[in-house]
Amino acid sequence: MSSKSINIIRSTAVPLNIENVDTDQIIPARFLKATSREGFGENLFRDWRYNTDGSPKKDFVLNNPAWTGRILAAARNFGCGSSREHAAWAIKDAGFDIVISSFFADIFKNNALNNFLLPVTVSEDFLKDIFTAVEKDPAAEITIDLQQQTITLEPTGRKEKFDINNYKKTCLLNGYDDIDYLLSIRNEIESFERSH
Amino acid sequence: MVKTIEGGPSVLYIDKHFIHEVTSPQAFKGLEKRDMEVFRPRQIVATADHNVPTVDQHLPIKDELSRLQVQQLIANCARHGVELYGLGHPYQGIVHVIGPELGITQPGMTIVCGDSHTSTHGAFGAIAFGIGTSEVEMVMATQCLLQSKPKLMRINVEGDLGKGVVSKDIILYIIAKISASGATGYFVEYAGSAIRSLSMESRMTICNMSIEMGARGGMIAPDQTTFDYLEGREFAPNGTEWDKKVAEWSQLYSDPGAGFDIEINIDAAGIEPMVTYGTNPGMGIGITGHIPAETEITEKEKPGFLKSLAYMGLQAGAPIKGRKVDYVFIGSCTNSRIEDLRMVASFIKGRKKTKDVEVWIVPGSKQVEKQAIEEGLDKVFEEAGFHLRQPGCSACLGMNEDKIPAGKYCISTSNRNFEGRQGPNARTLLASPLTAAVAAITGEVADVREFI
Repeated sequence: MSSKSINIIRSTAVPLNIENVDTDQIIPARFLKATSREGFGENLFRDWRYNTDGSPKKDFVLNNPAWTGRILAAARNFGCGSSREHAAWAIKDAGFDIVISSFFADIFKNNALNNFLLPVTVSEDFLKDIFTAVEKDPAAEITIDLQQQTITLEPTGRKEKFDINNYKKTCLLNGYDDIDYLLSIRNEIESFERSH
Repeated sequence: MVKTIEGGPSVLYIDKHFIHEVTSPQAFKGLEKRDMEVFRPRQIVATADHNVPTVDQHLPIKDELSRLQVQQLIANCARHGVELYGLGHPYQGIVHVIGPELGITQPGMTIVCGDSHTSTHGAFGAIAFGIGTSEVEMVMATQCLLQSKPKLMRINVEGDLGKGVVSKDIILYIIAKISASGATGYFVEYAGSAIRSLSMESRMTICNMSIEMGARGGMIAPDQTTFDYLEGREFAPNGTEWDKKVAEWSQLYSDPGAGFDIEINIDAAGIEPMVTYGTNPGMGIGITGHIPAETEITEKEKPGFLKSLAYMGLQAGAPIKGRKVDYVFIGSCTNSRIEDLRMVASFIKGRKKTKDVEVWIVPGSKQVEKQAIEEGLDKVFEEAGFHLRQPGCSACLGMNEDKIPAGKYCISTSNRNFEGRQGPNARTLLASPLTAAVAAITGEVADVREFI
């Protein structure tokens, strides 16, 4: 079960070594017709994961029982394209709490953070190491320590710092939403409106 | 800017919030869960565009889930006092077409919408960007968003465009040059004489596709072209208020010495009509060019490149000109405004589409549709064998009834050529309305310059 607050996560990872994964691939538009946030996980990567007759595509990594875990590792420019937050919902709903890439699209990154799905940006070189380790051994674990802002590839011990702004970090560690913060300053917003 | 959180983002006040049926229901639900009302309902404008059919709009929507989503929007807007230009309303249309044409979009405003093509409104010198549904909920609840300061990029396009080259070609050229992620983390200002000389419709086409190179927003400084476009529109200021606003808006430009993190210079004369061959908008080439050969692609990019060509059924190193197409789609928030329709009509007048190609021409709004009919463009389309449909997002995104069948090639004036974007296994070639129109006549990707 994925969580609403993140601190230390140690898990195996699912490697998706494809660049420029756009949100239409993560969740195609024809599955955006729901009016709730739940249940998008079953259509995560729908057209890469299933044939048109609904049977699973054997060569797609999410259909390979060898790879499981709370971490999705993807190549650069993950989450580009449409602003659909359904993409973050689908990934979270499928049981992931972390997405690792060397580069994230902006809107996706915000959407992920707003859903307690932590996007961890690593160097291109480290990402290459992660793919090598995880593709070779599905049991390879990765540890993300949000408090310390570190990511460690356990089999090799390689560790890197990652960036996150302090405000967002506090939110994720404590399970706070942006909306709670904004509601708490509504008086200031109203006085801004009066003066503009 | 209401305030800045220390070591964190700023609280940005939002002047106008556009919503549509796909990315708003969960936000309304979130508010209701908190037992809250919409904070400033009069600053929100709603429309139904993504799910709507583009024929027989007077009938109930056939697809049950689409119908429910549109009904949900109607119910939510009624409950929260939000103005809705839904199906049947004379202002209904694609959210990024109606905002500008009604004069709701104005220079200097902060504008958001749960849709990445909100960058379109930047053509007016507005700060406009797409947001996710959680952010839609934040704006509904507080009229504010938390935003970090983006980096700034300026793209200068100088000189005169060649014959048959239009604004869509400029933006496809820019994206091909800097890649589908080349502007991620940036806000882009488009400047230079070639940009200045463009109409508002053409400027919107450029700003619209800013997101296709990763930029959240793109903008163009407002000028006389902007003011002339806005004057007299339904929600534009009038009387003395108009003069006051124009004076204010005239001050909205980057200082001559303004610092940009990156500046890119482009020679307009070097731009050809553009077409994409791959599965992201950065995979574009000039019409006389060829798809890159494998040797021209770096090792790192090769898997993605080959995957893309396999999906598209195209060969590395092959020319794009002469590629047969099955469908022509002229529409979307990128190219469905009256100028686009006029451009197509003037090109096809006296010509006929080839029989093997299906042509859909979808106006961006009821107002565009009405104007097209008043100008007799519908007759021109009819005589050429084009079908003028009713307003909506249509075949841009494979969500409503208008989908391109698997394996078929569609030359499309929309903004995304992602796998499955126009329907499962559909193959999209992005191009300008002129290049799309010529393909309708010839049945293949052709160089419009040979026909004008």
